[in-house]
Amino acid sequence: MRRVTWFNATSLTLGFAFLYLPMVILIIYSFNAGKLVTVWAGFSTRWYGELLQNQAFLDAAWVTVKVAVLSSSIATVLGTMAALVLVRSGRFAGRTLFSGMIYAPLVMPEVITGLSLLLLFIGLNIDRGVLTIVLAHTTFSMCYVSVVVSSRLVSFDQSLEEAALDLGCSQMQAFFLVTLPIIAPAVISGWLLAFTLSLDDLVIASFTAGPSSTTLPIKIWSSIRLGLSPEINALSTLMISVVTVGVISASLISKRSSLKRQADERAAGT
Amino acid sequence: MRRLILIAVPYFWLLALFLVPFLIVLKISLSDTALAIPPYTPTLDFSAGWEGIRAFFAELDFENFEFLTTDDLYWKAYLSSLKIAFVATFLTLIVAYPIAYGMASAPDHWRPTLMMLVILPFWTSFLIRVYSWVGILSNEGYLNQLLLSLGLISEPLTILNTNIAVYIGIVYTYLPFMILPIYAALERMDASLLEAAEDLGCSRLTAFWLVTFPLSKNGIIAGCFLVFIPTIGEFVIPSLLGGSKTLMIGKVLWEEFFNNRDWPVASAVAVILLLILIIPIVLFQRNEQKQREAEG
Repeated sequence: MRRVTWFNATSLTLGFAFLYLPMVILIIYSFNAGKLVTVWAGFSTRWYGELLQNQAFLDAAWVTVKVAVLSSSIATVLGTMAALVLVRSGRFAGRTLFSGMIYAPLVMPEVITGLSLLLLFIGLNIDRGVLTIVLAHTTFSMCYVSVVVSSRLVSFDQSLEEAALDLGCSQMQAFFLVTLPIIAPAVISGWLLAFTLSLDDLVIASFTAGPSSTTLPIKIWSSIRLGLSPEINALSTLMISVVTVGVISASLISKRSSLKRQADERAAGT
Repeated sequence: MRRLILIAVPYFWLLALFLVPFLIVLKISLSDTALAIPPYTPTLDFSAGWEGIRAFFAELDFENFEFLTTDDLYWKAYLSSLKIAFVATFLTLIVAYPIAYGMASAPDHWRPTLMMLVILPFWTSFLIRVYSWVGILSNEGYLNQLLLSLGLISEPLTILNTNIAVYIGIVYTYLPFMILPIYAALERMDASLLEAAEDLGCSRLTAFWLVTFPLSKNGIIAGCFLVFIPTIGEFVIPSLLGGSKTLMIGKVLWEEFFNNRDWPVASAVAVILLLILIIPIVLFQRNEQKQREAEG
């Protein structure tokens, strides 16, 4: 399939225009001086200034980052463990239930996950706050981590670990010195995925957050429900820039390391 | 011993924070609404021993589910969610296919960049991507400004707060989920098959229908499920872009819980929603399984 025709070129152009134009418009209008979002009134960075002075947004951003770092880190550990169980542990009692519980949260509507966790926390009399959001986010993102990591573990050459064991490593040493460095890229992408999912989540956080633990999406939601807001445009622009820089640099790093690995393999071959 | 810990830790985490909460939802859906804290009866009283547990089970019934069938808001919401998800999935397919096709036909050195361009929006906040359409589609929005200044319309179109806006929002946010599996299927295709078809006298279009399209079928099916399943329970898009007439079950559940504070009915809504979702999920799993067997 190697044909660049006018049809392919147009469909790519229109398709990517559709994907990116709304965000580009949002970014352009975040520099609008006027209070009316849809009417251009000259260039200004006024809304960025107002945003950075808005304590409520800064507090919400801090809560969100805290929740995202904690939940994605715990989820990475638990998800990697779950992946090891799924790929390596063979048969054990309750395996079907286990793999079911790993895959079900991936397709569970967020409203149901949120509702069920809220009812659990209320039943156990746990005060809702940062802790409950972290527990909720960890639970669904560990499943994503385990899917990412287990797809890497499937193709992992087990003889490498056996060699380490033969050479006198303990099981733990073999895992941390041999297996983990090799599956590290998958573990890191799992962490990044968990981190983004947590940053992004509105529905589950709304159910599990308490009054003192408003996250950024909850704060954004309560402002945009009332209509367009120039401050939210500025905030969106900042978030889009961070993500873009992050994704592009991550892909450049992974490209560099794969080129380096190819070079190493070639050097080792000669 | 070590293996036991490895299994036990994630296992118990999921039991405690996924399965048990779901059983609680199931239980509350069979309870009655009450003016109490928590706002439902019965509550399980272990101190009364075996008798308490028996009394607890005796009081559970299907009243809330009966209520869901009597008030037509609910079944209309389920039907309308299914309809919106179905139409939106079809629209997403129509938009995604040419893009995936274009990507698969692009020169090799473009592909990593094109892939990244498709994945990038997925990493950006879902909420922001939906919000970006509010400014475009509102009555004073950019689309209406453009169409008015071009003289194509004489008064602004009402798009925001209608089902059309919901469709646009779904197509926009779920597009990468449809593009990627179709692209993966098309990319694996052998170009010589098309050449053979054309040598044998097919026109380009017939060759597409007879060769390319059937070969991308698995990608299409996977993409459709990946869009259809999460769309049914969608909350953000209908609340932000849809109007008061847009009925979707995720929104109904949210309002039942947060506005009406009726926990038993909200739980019953959740249980039925899950029952509806089981069918497409099982079909999707089967399809994936079949594909893996065909490849492996």
